[in-house]
Amino acid sequence: MTAMTEREAATAMTRRKLGPSLRGYFQDWLPRLVLAPSFLLVLVFVYGFNLWTLFLSFTNSKAFPTTNLIGFTNYVRLWNWTFETDPPSNWYTALVNMGLFGGLYIFFCLFLGLLLAILLDQKIRGEGILRPIYLYPLALSFIVTGTAWKLFLDPRIGLENALHDWGWTSFHFDWVVDPKMMIYCVAIAGIWQSSGFVMAMFLAGLRGVDGEILKAAQIDGASTYQTYRRIVIPIIRPVFFSALIVLAHMAIKSYDLVLSVTGKNPGGAAELPSTFMYSYTFTRNQMAIGSASAVIMLMTIAAIMVPYIYSETREQNR
Amino acid sequence: MKFRAFLISTALTAVTISYGTLAHAADVKEVQMLHWWTSGGEAAALDVIKQAVAKQGFAWKDVPVAGGGGGAAMTTLKANVAAGNPPTASQILGYYALEYAEQGSLANISSLADKDGWDKVVPAALQKFAKTNGKWGAVPINIHSVNWIWLNKAVMEKIGGTEPKSFDEFVALLDKAKKAGVIPLALGGQPWQEATMFDSIVASTGGTDFYKKAFVDLDEGALKSDTMKKAFDNLAKLRDYVDPNYTGRDWNLATAMVIKGDALVQVMGDWAKGEFAAAHKEAGKDYLCYRFPGTDGSVFYNSDMFAFFKVPADRQAAQLALAQVTMNPDVQSAFNVIKGSVPARTDVSDAAFDICGKKGIADVKAANAKGTFFGSLAQNYAQPPAIATAYYDVVTKFMHGGIKTSDIAVTELVKAINAAK
Repeated sequence: MTAMTEREAATAMTRRKLGPSLRGYFQDWLPRLVLAPSFLLVLVFVYGFNLWTLFLSFTNSKAFPTTNLIGFTNYVRLWNWTFETDPPSNWYTALVNMGLFGGLYIFFCLFLGLLLAILLDQKIRGEGILRPIYLYPLALSFIVTGTAWKLFLDPRIGLENALHDWGWTSFHFDWVVDPKMMIYCVAIAGIWQSSGFVMAMFLAGLRGVDGEILKAAQIDGASTYQTYRRIVIPIIRPVFFSALIVLAHMAIKSYDLVLSVTGKNPGGAAELPSTFMYSYTFTRNQMAIGSASAVIMLMTIAAIMVPYIYSETREQNR
Repeated sequence: MKFRAFLISTALTAVTISYGTLAHAADVKEVQMLHWWTSGGEAAALDVIKQAVAKQGFAWKDVPVAGGGGGAAMTTLKANVAAGNPPTASQILGYYALEYAEQGSLANISSLADKDGWDKVVPAALQKFAKTNGKWGAVPINIHSVNWIWLNKAVMEKIGGTEPKSFDEFVALLDKAKKAGVIPLALGGQPWQEATMFDSIVASTGGTDFYKKAFVDLDEGALKSDTMKKAFDNLAKLRDYVDPNYTGRDWNLATAMVIKGDALVQVMGDWAKGEFAAAHKEAGKDYLCYRFPGTDGSVFYNSDMFAFFKVPADRQAAQLALAQVTMNPDVQSAFNVIKGSVPARTDVSDAAFDICGKKGIADVKAANAKGTFFGSLAQNYAQPPAIATAYYDVVTKFMHGGIKTSDIAVTELVKAINAAK
């Protein structure tokens, strides 16, 4: 509230200085004019298409969009599929995999990221070299990461084969060709990709902690572990939040990683909501069901983002 | 950041669109062709058509969209057609061509078809996709068939095998290979590959009539029948001869296993021949081709087509030129020798083809005459994509243990197909 009145006062003052001239109006309108095109584009291409997708999910569109409304039929279908476990429907598999992959991905990225950040924070030599090495995987696209991990984990040409050649013939690791374990391989590749990025976030947070507090803790005789556990980590709590948000939406959106690691989703074992959405919309010609699943994905992300944005704005207002 | 990205992308789109429009206005003696033939052999085959079009005095503007089965290309095409900016022609598969025809976005090239007498030389089954309401809107360039097996001749001689005439003989042959320590069956564990193999198994188990009843007519009784259960059991039998690491393998890697002699046989459509050719192997000398045991005399096809879209009058000459070139018997022969498929016209001479190609041409002719020429369900030629993918789901889940018994498999098959209708 106060901010608004201050600005209004300032504008009023400028106006008084300039008088009711054309220039004054122009200065008032310039920011709006500059922002208008991008605002319009976002309105149409983000929110407009969101609404269009929502609309399609209530139609019976197949290969091409139609305007033939059929109510909640598509959602009912997805809802029924949610509980179809034997044999599992594609949607059920997608949801289970989302939980497995998302949970593992977020947990291990946070855990490894924090661990790496704390280790790097020990004022060691060569940090300047180590930091970019950890961060580098993020520069690769998911499709490259996925393909590399697919080759690495492939029992015939990758890790297992190499260890057999070196004489450890009892070694056995074939998760990437086992439909039941495949999703864990996707998680491994994802964690490898993103934990360096989380490390960078945490490192920035750690560097922001006031040195005086750490010194005080040291004088009080706290061990390094205690200092981190009781002081540093609670201080950088907001970083956890930011990292969680970034990781959660990356997990929900990940599509290329799944397809590149698993090779076209054999046995329907590596389905995620994103792959489900794409295949139903574009290759299976069931656009309406694809749209319904997209709306559900959007709502999932909104369920995470809205409370976060709400808490952020409340903190700012306080 | 986001705003700026939007601005930039919009600006780029605007530039692209205006560039495209200018190009149209400036040069109408050009053929824009959207396709997904980006691998070595495919590109070489397409070059035949490029050259022939160039001889007619038309420039070739390639619009390649990479990605094996053409999924990405179809998405691009859909966007372009919806935006009112269709290419002169696009590579397309049967049911997708029908979709565009029903939308009314295909051109009518019947005048040319009538003049050149395509009605007499193109199999009726293919005309169903190329013609809508009696009007030609697409032309078939080739016929692939899926019910082939490809064997390494050296391995075959080593184990003393002979051509299997029935499914049981096939299993016996695979047993022989297993005993000799060779991987009997090279398979890529991807849904479409498993479904492609299952097409042949169904035809072999129940015969051609059963295949038609189940997959072309979608007769629920046939889909649920004991014969279909037996087909699933046969699929399970073949699964025992595949090496444990087959999940997710690409089809050309499986072909490579046969080429190298690591595996005895692959069940695959005749596009596999392109891989043998690329490895400088010769049909009859290095590798053998038989029809899938028990399906000799029938052909389960898919066909690459070129669809022609409604374009402004000043571009129609280019369109007709491409259509004429594509249907030229010499071009069809040259193209298909390289591609591994057989010509879509039944009157093309087989002189330039190897023994597998000669057999392919003869089989298509015979099957077409006998009425045993059917679209492959796995290749989207028996049913629209929604049903074909529902079929994939069941077959791949059965292969990978998601569906445990053939009883459940047939129930699921009926359910999945009904849900997709």
